[in-house]
Amino acid sequence: MTSRYDSIFLDRVARAIVPVVQIFAFYVITHGHYSPGGGFQGGVILAASIILLRISTGEESFERFPRQAGIGLAGVGALLFALLGFLPLLFGGAFLEYGMAIPGMDPVTLRYWGIFFAELFIGFLVWGALVAIYDALTTGGVD
Amino acid sequence: MSEVVAGYYPYVMVGLLLLIGFHGMAVKRNYMKKIIGLTIFQTAIYLLFIQGAAKSGATIPVRSTEFGTAAANYINPLPQVIVLTAIVVGVAITGVALSLMLQIHRRYGSLDEEVILKQVGEEA
Amino acid sequence: MRILAVVLMALLGGALAWGAQGLPPRGDPGSPASSHEGVSVHYIENAYAESRTPNMVTAVLADYRGFDTFGEAVVVVTAAVACLLILLRSGAPAGGASTGAGGGAPGRRKEPS
Repeated sequence: MTSRYDSIFLDRVARAIVPVVQIFAFYVITHGHYSPGGGFQGGVILAASIILLRISTGEESFERFPRQAGIGLAGVGALLFALLGFLPLLFGGAFLEYGMAIPGMDPVTLRYWGIFFAELFIGFLVWGALVAIYDALTTGGVD
Repeated sequence: MSEVVAGYYPYVMVGLLLLIGFHGMAVKRNYMKKIIGLTIFQTAIYLLFIQGAAKSGATIPVRSTEFGTAAANYINPLPQVIVLTAIVVGVAITGVALSLMLQIHRRYGSLDEEVILKQVGEEA
Repeated sequence: MRILAVVLMALLGGALAWGAQGLPPRGDPGSPASSHEGVSVHYIENAYAESRTPNMVTAVLADYRGFDTFGEAVVVVTAAVACLLILLRSGAPAGGASTGAGGGAPGRRKEPS
């Protein structure tokens, strides 16, 4: 389970389609306003692309996406989401009340962009967490 | 009779999946099969929530200009939100369950429940 | 043990069948979940006016019920950290150290006889 699946066909095809899958995943995340999708779905697609890279290219994928990067990305995503929630508290609003995050701006526009950034941070969080779980199961955890 | 069947067939489907998942968790001896039974059980619960969101003659909850804002034209978005969250949490829980199973295998050398319980009884 | 499990399954099936009689039929627009004025009807009618978002599911997930989404995000990160901590092996660099060269795993290791 810890070594790559040794097939040149799989190697070449995976190298070709992983960038396309990642672009599609970012499309799903950013179009969460207008079509079914959003942060969770896009994050899972991104994690699936990294897992495909791990299965098909083995050791080389650890140079492109290091072993500790998974849990670090998840932590950064959670921290940014918490900071986005604390920002309205400075200006008299409630926690995660995007309408009062920046005084003076239109609350409808602020809620639109608040939903967008919340989905983006959730996408990074789910990406990092699922890649961290896969790496822990196959290579026995970090030291 | 056909109205009863048309109105209640989702609950029969959910009940069957619940019983299959419960059978997998309670009767099977291998830990991997128990985890698969847990996953089937979770899937049955997601289906139960989604069935509660359906409305006859309504469309997906993305606002379009031809349907306006009448609430009877869109299906209920709230159960979909809870199932969306629950699916990702279910994947994380399956990851923790698989890592526990891997650690048990490293410690006892087997995945069969009765072999492991016999070893635990000998060590105690 | 198996007889007990089969009896429990029969009881569970009976309880589900008895409880399903109180549930509304599928697709009923007048069911209590779909016609609640304060929650479901309010979200469908006012999501676009209050946040300019056509997708009601995303508006409910990230705006109206954002606190639940924040708690769920913390649960996912906690599960990933727990998964890493359970499988921690000190001393071994990468996986595949099945010959015991890693050492430090909790508990005894089976001696190859």
